Amino acid sequence: MTLYDRKATKKAQEAELAWEHDELRRTLERAPESQERFLTVSGREIDRIYTPADAPDLDYATDIGFPGAYPFTRGVYPTMYRARQWTRRQIAGFGTAKSTNERYKYLLAHGQTGLSTDFDHPTLTGYDSLHPLSEGEVGRLGVAIDTARDMSDLFDGIPIDKVSISLTINHPAIVLLSFLLAHAEKVGVPWETLRGTVQNDSLKEFHGQKTFALPPRGAYRMTMDVVEFCTHNVPNWNTISISGYHTREAGSTAGQEVGFTLAQGMAYVEGGLQRGLSPDEFGPRLSYFFGVHMDFFEEVAKLRAARRLWARIMKERYGATDPRAMLCRFHSQTLGSTLIREGALNNLIRGTTQAMAAVLGGTQSLHVSGYDEAHDIPSEDAMRMSLNTQRIIGNETGVANTIDPLGGSFFIEKLTNEIEEEALAYIRTIEDMGGGEGVLAGMFAAIENGYIEREISEAAFDYQERIEEHAYKVLGLNEHEEDSVPPPELYEHDDDEEERQIERLEAVIHERDSARTEAALEALRQAARGTENTMPFILDASRADATEGEIMGALRDVFGDHEDPGIF
Amino acid sequence: MTTSKPTKVILAKLGLDGHDRGIKVIAKALEKAGMDVVYMGMRVTPEQVVDRAQQEDADVIGISLLSGAHKPLMTRLMKVVDEREMRGETLILLGGTVPDGDREALEEIGIDGVFPVGSSLRDIEAFIKERLADGAE
Repeated sequence: MTLYDRKATKKAQEAELAWEHDELRRTLERAPESQERFLTVSGREIDRIYTPADAPDLDYATDIGFPGAYPFTRGVYPTMYRARQWTRRQIAGFGTAKSTNERYKYLLAHGQTGLSTDFDHPTLTGYDSLHPLSEGEVGRLGVAIDTARDMSDLFDGIPIDKVSISLTINHPAIVLLSFLLAHAEKVGVPWETLRGTVQNDSLKEFHGQKTFALPPRGAYRMTMDVVEFCTHNVPNWNTISISGYHTREAGSTAGQEVGFTLAQGMAYVEGGLQRGLSPDEFGPRLSYFFGVHMDFFEEVAKLRAARRLWARIMKERYGATDPRAMLCRFHSQTLGSTLIREGALNNLIRGTTQAMAAVLGGTQSLHVSGYDEAHDIPSEDAMRMSLNTQRIIGNETGVANTIDPLGGSFFIEKLTNEIEEEALAYIRTIEDMGGGEGVLAGMFAAIENGYIEREISEAAFDYQERIEEHAYKVLGLNEHEEDSVPPPELYEHDDDEEERQIERLEAVIHERDSARTEAALEALRQAARGTENTMPFILDASRADATEGEIMGALRDVFGDHEDPGIF
Repeated sequence: MTTSKPTKVILAKLGLDGHDRGIKVIAKALEKAGMDVVYMGMRVTPEQVVDRAQQEDADVIGISLLSGAHKPLMTRLMKVVDEREMRGETLILLGGTVPDGDREALEEIGIDGVFPVGSSLRDIEAFIKERLADGAE
């Protein structure tokens, strides 16, 4: 049954025509509107007003429904924030593991409820701190982790069976997760009790984050080795955080973010099926990660659209029967690229607005980017303010009292429909590139022929042009900021951390049983050449204190390197 | 400038930094402004950039860094530029997350223009045109 009675809709349409002819026309004659077209941040044209006639076919039961019930448009759980608020998960990582460990303890003491690890560029791209390419970047934008011993330092004194942990790493995800599992063995925590997430979204590295370490097919195999291994051995671990955040940061529109990200998700589901796993087995452990931009309603609608579309895909296309396998559970982060240097404190207002959209969009966990991040990695004070933003929204505004309060808005429902359709069109385009062999084949083709990267670049350029032409006004960027004050104390980078990390790595290499390390690496190469799951071999290498760079090096020996094609 | 030969620009990202949105937008904008743009991509070494600039007889080298490693990496780049005696011959620009406090030090080592995150495309285009016109006088 449609949401609105057809007769009533028709009446509303007639009334709208009369209003346009009468009140609206007279007003426009006296004073035209300020712009000819009103656009969202993503460049979507927005109408003056929305009515039931904008979504005449919308069916309450099948399109909107109830939280915790298919198609989950209104939320993934029946009680949502009335049971438990979203997890406040501010990502952190810098310098050595010891320094980051101190920041974790600070955050946990200040209201944080889950941990998230930001790694430095060498760790993200699979190089040791000693590698020449790592110069100047060790511990710079994240924490440097070279061996399983560093992982033990990182979580020293933190109850890893109680606090959920997110490892934000992709191509070397299998290595860093192995380091964590090795640490769990050392401190006697059974793997079954570990709760957390490893990002492990290898495909988005080629158009989103660009911290790749392996070519597409090798990297994809590592992702699926993690999924398969954890399904059997680390059952409560979220094996992929399928990420749109970086795609959005790279400049995509909201529709592209949903389309490309869900296409990545579909590629992983197809990989699981190929390995003989049932979607009900591994589907519940897939989760999502979205960015939240400034366009409030577009962002809320985007999150609702992603939830509904994923549920439909999992149920109708891949045959999931367990509702948990249909859930698009997601983490959100307010977008770093929306932070402005001039008048840094204004970013608190941006962060609050975006965080509010994430909450009204039904997020499961949230990171609010630091107000000073256009200058440097966030200071302790900036992270405290980000947590405070979340506490104030959660406790003082009342938005968590009811579920999906914007549901049923003519505008929001129409936008939700539009974004779902747009995303689906991108998924179809990608699938077509695979020559009828599914979305996985299509994703490889779309990465290799540069389609996704070019689409995102076009959108990024279009957005920048609107800024240049003042069609989209941003305070402190293309709108003068009168009382700009320098941001309060910025994070102070300790240049000696790189040296400390290198010394620590040299000490581990000196102390370890190098014959054992070598043997473990050679066994890994053999496994990678075949079709076996490589994760048990990477775990062995981790226990033998092989470095991340050595393990990734062994995989590069087999899969080769990846070079940035330089598409723009 | 004498003939109609378009301005040749070499763009690249040094080190391991993956933030390439800005440099790709700039590549497109400079191309639309009539310049001849080569974007070398990410993880390029200073030597590779300078080699390419020499081969192509480039007017401008533009480097993007949002990793915070701009001081060591730009110092290495300028060392190669000096070894090849290209200082003053090629305009050297840097864009990205560069704290205000680092600007002076970067200009001192010979970076001609620093464009932090949020800089306008039009300003970058104008800067290149102006400086190349000055140099040709």
